[in-house]
Amino acid sequence: MKYCQEDARIVSKNKITSDVFDFVISCSQSAALAQPGQFVNILADGFTLRRPISICEIGQGTLRLVMQVRGDGTARIAEKNVGDRLDIVAPLGHGFEIDRSKRAVLVGGGIGAPPLLELSKRFDACTAILGFRSADAMILQNDFEKNCETVITTDDGSAGICGFVTQPLEEMLRSGRADVVLSCGPTPMLRNVAGLCKKYGTPCQVSMEQRMACGVGACLVCACKTKSGMRHVCKNGPVFDAAEVKWDEQA
Amino acid sequence: MNRLKTVICGVEFKNPVIAASGSYGFGREYNEFYPISEIGGISCKGTTLEPRDGNAPPRVAETPCGMLNAVGLQNPGVRHFVEKEVPWIKEQGTVCIANIAGNAVEDYAEAAAVVNDSAVDMVELNVSCPNVKHGGMQFGTTCAALSEVVCAVRKNLAKPLIVKLSPNVTDITELARAAADSGADALSLINTLLGMRIDIRTRRPVLRNNMGGFSGNAVFPVAVRMVWQVKNAVNIPVIGMGGITDYKQAVEMMMAGADAIQVGTANFTDPFAMPKIINGLQRYCEDNGIGNIGEIVGTVRAW
Ligand SMILES: Cc1cc2nc3c(=O)[nH]c(=O)nc-3n(C[C@H](O)[C@H](O)[C@H](O)COP(=O)(O)OP(=O)(O)OC[C@H]3O[C@@H](n4cnc5c(N)ncnc54)[C@H](O)[C@@H]3O)c2cc1C
Ligand SMILES: Cc1cc2nc3c(=O)[nH]c(=O)nc-3n(C[C@H](O)[C@H](O)[C@H](O)COP(=O)(O)O)c2cc1C
Ligand code: FES
Repeated sequence: MKYCQEDARIVSKNKITSDVFDFVISCSQSAALAQPGQFVNILADGFTLRRPISICEIGQGTLRLVMQVRGDGTARIAEKNVGDRLDIVAPLGHGFEIDRSKRAVLVGGGIGAPPLLELSKRFDACTAILGFRSADAMILQNDFEKNCETVITTDDGSAGICGFVTQPLEEMLRSGRADVVLSCGPTPMLRNVAGLCKKYGTPCQVSMEQRMACGVGACLVCACKTKSGMRHVCKNGPVFDAAEVKWDEQA
Repeated sequence: MNRLKTVICGVEFKNPVIAASGSYGFGREYNEFYPISEIGGISCKGTTLEPRDGNAPPRVAETPCGMLNAVGLQNPGVRHFVEKEVPWIKEQGTVCIANIAGNAVEDYAEAAAVVNDSAVDMVELNVSCPNVKHGGMQFGTTCAALSEVVCAVRKNLAKPLIVKLSPNVTDITELARAAADSGADALSLINTLLGMRIDIRTRRPVLRNNMGGFSGNAVFPVAVRMVWQVKNAVNIPVIGMGGITDYKQAVEMMMAGADAIQVGTANFTDPFAMPKIINGLQRYCEDNGIGNIGEIVGTVRAW
């Protein structure tokens, strides 16, 4: 049995920005199987469809999840407190491919940063480039700095470099300091990251988002067009080889 | 005593709880949660003569107590289905129902001929998919078109034939009779109701296809009503579905007239929904001194 359903207990909960919550949940079965880049599917009380949330860190019998409140479902989940239970299905999806010895660049945009944190421990040498709207939307900077060199960009210049993640990324690619790029964030950012990697011939893996129902590959709602045909974000992804994705057909 | 054993058109089911087409793929994923041999059967993802890519995403939207989908019959084609999926399902030991859709009467008939030469136990004709321009709903909403496609499939199919009815009609009993008169061995209902959601921020429909099929717990009362009407209109077995989430709703659907039930959307909310319903039915029979669950079928005492 590859998938688990667990009533995970919330071990800690912190509000880290005005709308982002940092949870650690106790779920021994899922934690034992989890790989970086996989996700958990959380049932918000009273809802029909589960909400997919990436695994941010894998601990001893615990998983860390960092979730932004976007709509009604995530708002309901955010009402849960330490000691409460979260009904999760995990670990789901196909995560990142990791070769420790490669020099990795992790590129995260906004709420795309969390799934890269576990990765930042799994390479001998890596750099994280994290882009945010502004300083008050910044998350996990300290956590990344503990594990690897970390570059921050903000759209408005209120922290780090003023501009987009693609600027420092292109410098690293141009100077040959990246063997592999691993990225998560909004689709337009991923498209640009994939484009740069293609230009410099650097392998790139991207974590994609799509609306889901079953979360396991049975219902076919989470379609992603790739060069080898229709794939599904919940099962074949969320992490795809960027060169495989048909970028002109992503919304 | 096997209290849940159910026989429909000569096909024996361990229990009357069948996975609804499109919610359960070909069973491989749910087999990673529990052995799928535990469930009565699988109505497989709708298959067409040729492979299809389906609609552009987003293909799903949540609604109060339900959801919309517009997958658009993405599937690997009936030949792949017969060669790669059917043998595996039969190995697991559960009833395998092929769900067939098409653009034209000839497509349905040809796909039926392909599954007729396979280990599939039964065929469910999907004449009610609302999600593609030519996905079958046009065959399921007028009696003449329905009769034509059912007759054409019947000619190529020796296996038991279930016709899956659309709820998007004025009087479902007319369609039920037309299907039965044209050679259907059983009926299943309901397929999804046509629905729509709009993102008020962008003024765009949530689904890329604009409209989609509405399913889940919210549609349950509509489904119960239609199953009851159809049961009273025909003399062939009826398989009831639409919004069933627990064993009590399974019992209610059977009392309305369903000889067996299917479970779709509930699998998404709880991947163990089907085993839980099966256990619930078992206990219900034991607690109420029911020797076989079939005893409750159609026993609603209507006013
Ligand atoms: C693989 C994957 C990993 C994710 N990881 C994280 C994470 O680590 N942290 C985080 O904050 N968010 C993450 N998301 C996004 C998160 O799933 C959505 O923000 C959330 O589902 C929104 O639910 P809602 O009820 O608040 O919003 P609503 O807009 O009310 O949701 C309506 C429906 O649309 C779906 N939906 C809405 N936005 C998205 C989206 N961006 N992606 C997928 N489905 C969506 C919902 O699940 C729900 O079914 C991830 C998404 C995916 C696909
Ligand atoms: C994602 C999804 C895909 C579906 N695909 C099919 C299909 O291929 N063929 C079919 O006959 N019905 C299909 N259906 C309809 C279901 O089999 C069922 O009739 C309907 O969802 C009502 O049951 P429920 O409320 O238990 O889901 C689909 C439903 C969903 C939610
Ligand atoms: S969500 Fe069902 S296939 Fe991906």
